[in-house]
Amino acid sequence: MKVRVTVNGVAHERDVEPRLLLSDFIRHEIGLTGTHVGCEHGVCGACTILWDGAPARACLAFAVQAEGHDIRTVESLAQAPARLNALQQAFQDSHALQCGYCTPGILMTMTAFLAENPKPTEDEVRHALSGNLCRCTGYQHIVDAVLLAAERGA
Amino acid sequence: MTHSFGKPLTRNEDPRLLRGEALFVDDVELPGLLHVAFLRSPHAHARLLSVDLGAARARPGVIAAYAAEDLGDYWKPGPLLVPPPPVPGMVFHQCCQVPLVKDKARHVGEPVAMVVAESRYIAEDALGDIAVEWEVLDAVGDLEAALQPGAALVHEHLGVNVAAKVHQHRGDYAAAAKAAALVVRRRFTYDRGASIPMETRGVVAQWDPRADRLTVWDTTQAPVVIRNGLAAMLGLSERQVRVVAPNIGGGFGPKMMMFYPEEVLVPWAAMRLGRPVKWIEDRLEHFFATTHERSQIHDAEIALDASGRILGVKDVFLHDNGAYDPYGLTLPLNSQCTLLGCYVVPAYDSVFTAVFTNRTLVTPYRGAGRQHGVFVMERLLDIAARQLGIDRNEIRRRNFIPPDAFPYDQGVIYQDFSRLSYDSGNYAPILAKALDAIGYDRFIAETQPRARAEGRALGIGVVCYVEGTGIGPYEGAKVQVQGSGKVSLATGIGSQGQGHATAFAQVVAEQLGVDIRDIEVTTGDTDQFYWGVGTFASRGAVVAGSAAHEAAKVVRQKILKTAARHFECAEEDLVIADGKVHVVGVPDHSITLGALAGLANPMRGAVTPGTEPGLEATSYFGPAGGATASGAHAMIVEVDPLTLRPTILDYVVVHDCGTVINPLILAGQIQGGVAQGIGNAFFEQLHWDEQGQLMNASLADYLLPTALDVPRIRMDHTVTPSPLNPLGVKGAGEAGAIPVGALFAQALEDALDLPSKEIEILEMPLSPSRLWEISNGG
Amino acid sequence: MKPAPFDWHAPETVDAALALKAAHGEAARFLAGGQSLVPAMNFRVAQPGVLIDLNRVAGLDSLDWLADGSLRVGATVRYRMIERDAAVARRLPLLAEALAEVAHPQIRTRGTLGGNLSHADPASEMPAVMLALGARMELRRASGMREVAARDFFLGPLTTALAEDEMLAAIIIPPLPPDTGTAFLEVARRRGDYAMMGVAALLRRDGAGRCAEARLAFCSAGPTPMAAPVAAASLVGTALTGADIAAAAEAAKAEIEPMGSVQASPAYQRHLAGVLAARALTLAAERAA
Repeated sequence: MKVRVTVNGVAHERDVEPRLLLSDFIRHEIGLTGTHVGCEHGVCGACTILWDGAPARACLAFAVQAEGHDIRTVESLAQAPARLNALQQAFQDSHALQCGYCTPGILMTMTAFLAENPKPTEDEVRHALSGNLCRCTGYQHIVDAVLLAAERGA
Repeated sequence: MTHSFGKPLTRNEDPRLLRGEALFVDDVELPGLLHVAFLRSPHAHARLLSVDLGAARARPGVIAAYAAEDLGDYWKPGPLLVPPPPVPGMVFHQCCQVPLVKDKARHVGEPVAMVVAESRYIAEDALGDIAVEWEVLDAVGDLEAALQPGAALVHEHLGVNVAAKVHQHRGDYAAAAKAAALVVRRRFTYDRGASIPMETRGVVAQWDPRADRLTVWDTTQAPVVIRNGLAAMLGLSERQVRVVAPNIGGGFGPKMMMFYPEEVLVPWAAMRLGRPVKWIEDRLEHFFATTHERSQIHDAEIALDASGRILGVKDVFLHDNGAYDPYGLTLPLNSQCTLLGCYVVPAYDSVFTAVFTNRTLVTPYRGAGRQHGVFVMERLLDIAARQLGIDRNEIRRRNFIPPDAFPYDQGVIYQDFSRLSYDSGNYAPILAKALDAIGYDRFIAETQPRARAEGRALGIGVVCYVEGTGIGPYEGAKVQVQGSGKVSLATGIGSQGQGHATAFAQVVAEQLGVDIRDIEVTTGDTDQFYWGVGTFASRGAVVAGSAAHEAAKVVRQKILKTAARHFECAEEDLVIADGKVHVVGVPDHSITLGALAGLANPMRGAVTPGTEPGLEATSYFGPAGGATASGAHAMIVEVDPLTLRPTILDYVVVHDCGTVINPLILAGQIQGGVAQGIGNAFFEQLHWDEQGQLMNASLADYLLPTALDVPRIRMDHTVTPSPLNPLGVKGAGEAGAIPVGALFAQALEDALDLPSKEIEILEMPLSPSRLWEISNGG
Repeated sequence: MKPAPFDWHAPETVDAALALKAAHGEAARFLAGGQSLVPAMNFRVAQPGVLIDLNRVAGLDSLDWLADGSLRVGATVRYRMIERDAAVARRLPLLAEALAEVAHPQIRTRGTLGGNLSHADPASEMPAVMLALGARMELRRASGMREVAARDFFLGPLTTALAEDEMLAAIIIPPLPPDTGTAFLEVARRRGDYAMMGVAALLRRDGAGRCAEARLAFCSAGPTPMAAPVAAASLVGTALTGADIAAAAEAAKAEIEPMGSVQASPAYQRHLAGVLAARALTLAAERAA
């Protein structure tokens, strides 16, 4: 069936099966492969996108359900090619990623979190992070990066 | 010139990853791409009677479906990756994994049939069309039961479930025990876990008939070895095969295993079908199809004199090998060797039996058996200290290998088949720093008694460990100055997040005087670098880093030679800095490295005999032996005395990995290692039922620690450079994970005051439920 | 892990949704937030032939305070909306406190109370909370509507009183009487996981400060959310001293039927139930003061 989904401000129309997961639509239909898939059962958080501004698992929604909603992915964060936004820059500065696979989902979760809570405590950051699994970093540098971004007024 | 070596520089690889632009295997899209799903055995142990692929093949969108018999001569058991060690009297039975089950399935999840379809969705639909007849057999799970007469046999032709038996010893343990003031004997168990990288495995293969070449994108830690193996299997020359391990979403060991059945089958199908083929492991498959680690039972004893000096250690242990043993004996050898730890053990007698079971294969995962050895030794020392009335730290100090005893020969054969010899180390200052940082004395004197008076259960743990790192055989690196002035570096190992593109750039920058942002590092592409082994055993920085250093030194000489000719001066008079070369004292009059690269590759004139065009060099490095890193971890934990849920209040790591290339990356490695250690100690356990079914094959049920479970880790370092490589570095990748089980056991015992109830923690991993049982004497 | 094929319908009215359900019967599932159903479909544990997506049905997504002070939660109201509602936090603190334990924000963005209750996972927090709060389920079918009390709604693991042609259209949560204190506590392996044990406690004091009413409900404690009416009743008339509470908590352990999981043995779960009940009752007693 035809579906029209707006991702990062651009409307994409495709003919898809109703069962196509939003994560697969984003990655393989429109080619935005920054959103990663780690479990397809809603636990790891790698596929976190913003759904009308709120963080959600792209693996737990069907693409057909996204029609009429505003979907944002990691590719929307940097305002210009080859640049980083303040949160991304804080991640690099703090060495907040190793393999980088979980990173896009974490950036999207933290983007929404900082929008609501621009001056969080470490404990608040850790709570907000707890729905995203990272296997490489032990989270400490991610926490540092979010606090740094907040301090810089990201 | 500003030095970058040793500085906490941010990473070259980050911007692309942060923008979502980095290429991972599942990001590879090709015209006409087909998708694979595997039908996997639902049984742990079952004879395969028949497979009917007719309905699957008939489903619209299905291109092909294959069972074992469809593979013809291509069906053969995988190669033995690591041969058995040269230990006299050793027994080893080679039984390697097969591409698709032919006679019987030996673990749940073993692939039985392969479906290739226009989409993964259709391929999965078609799995439901396949009719399979099984004769279900008793499953072998329990290690001791597996060795009993009459046990079901994983490999019937062996007549036993013994995969291997290795006895190593030095000194006379029996005499030591006889002379001992105290012998402590305990049984220790360590159950299975899994590495669970956030990216599962995946393979994409494309055959190009015009170029007569196969390209394979693979989530492997060892692209060169995969290239060589695939070429041999497919009847191609190595030059016809390109294996690319692009960005890999975490490896931790199991992506070093080879060959996985999917790795063998996907390229074969791509060649056969003439279309590119992709298989991406889903998370459910990952729990069954990607190798696991751990599960050992140790019956160990330690003999000591009255002052707490170790006279000897004896250990008899069983190692769960899983259904096949392509990785040889790396894991139990690591356990056997690492048990000796930081200590002088005059007599050591250790024998292990590796056991075939109807479970997923076991291959190295971060720590790779080392944590088992550390757990046994550190626990034995804790118990011995208690029984002798010696402080737990003091008993360690009394047994440390003294700093003037290095290189220290442990007298046993290590996983690299050389004699286990510690290159360098100095353990007492590490322990002292850790105790100081955690505030050990104050905790014991003030904090803990005060907390106990308030009804709070606070405990402290301090443990020590060594880690054999940076083993051979070799790695290589090619350094080349580009016409743009940028420097390229290629090496054969793959990267899974270790920051090689930055650390190796720092090594090269030190020689070539360029900004690390101008050094483009390529890892994991066999077309960029031909030779190599792989990323494992904490060896990337040590072995490939040293090769990069050697290659950069040669390029530096070529730069100086070319520049000397250009400036008509002596090489000694030249300065390389900021991507340019100038004569001492005349910084304004300089030539860029890019221009020099042009001069070194002239369009006219001649490259004189004995010289080469370009500013380029390839070097290889093979260490004489592994570099032994060491450290101590300390932690203060609070346990809810009723729910038994622990909270880590403080965590300190003091680590010695020789010379540090990049402290920021090192910190990340340590923190990540500790996080996995915490998972291994208190969260992660694979649960099986009697039929060999895995009971918790999801990320909701197999618990990776979250940001709320891993504390802030405070870190300090000592530096004892390795004499075995030009950089003086030792590996750091696994150190964080290795001692955490032993640390948890000690700290939790302390918090709950279990010794006063004569209760000991002798097993890993734990959970609140299990801890409740243990503390109630269960 | 890709879902099996299905026909997807996105009706815009309740009537249309109910007509579809009536037409397709057991083969059809309603889709609300999808945070339990979609993972089950990805594992192919659930393979509904028809999905009736309720997300475009008008009128199901509102959170309303009724004249009697009850909160009416429409079938597609998302957790995110409930947890951001200041009045909910003020008037139904038990709901707010327990919501914070439900999975993670990314799940609560789309997850719905109605979907969760229809799923009827006995390990889930919300069914126990509904039991403690005395919530009523508004069930609709083409031919009419009925209300079912929470205690009668949950029949077993993943089994409810919903008939094949019925939809859980709304949940009605009555107001807390004055002088009532509540608490929700759970022990999970990690934050956001299903609890190894969880308890919702509600205590109301009379004018003299004695216990006038007590309710206890547990999650992960049996085939359905489990109330402990005997233990709760034992508190009525007491001064809610430490000893009163300890005795009730101990008694509650006998009223549940924990089944164990890979994370917790039944014995440990029962132990936790006693520990958590005592702690939650103590908190609720303080809050009722």
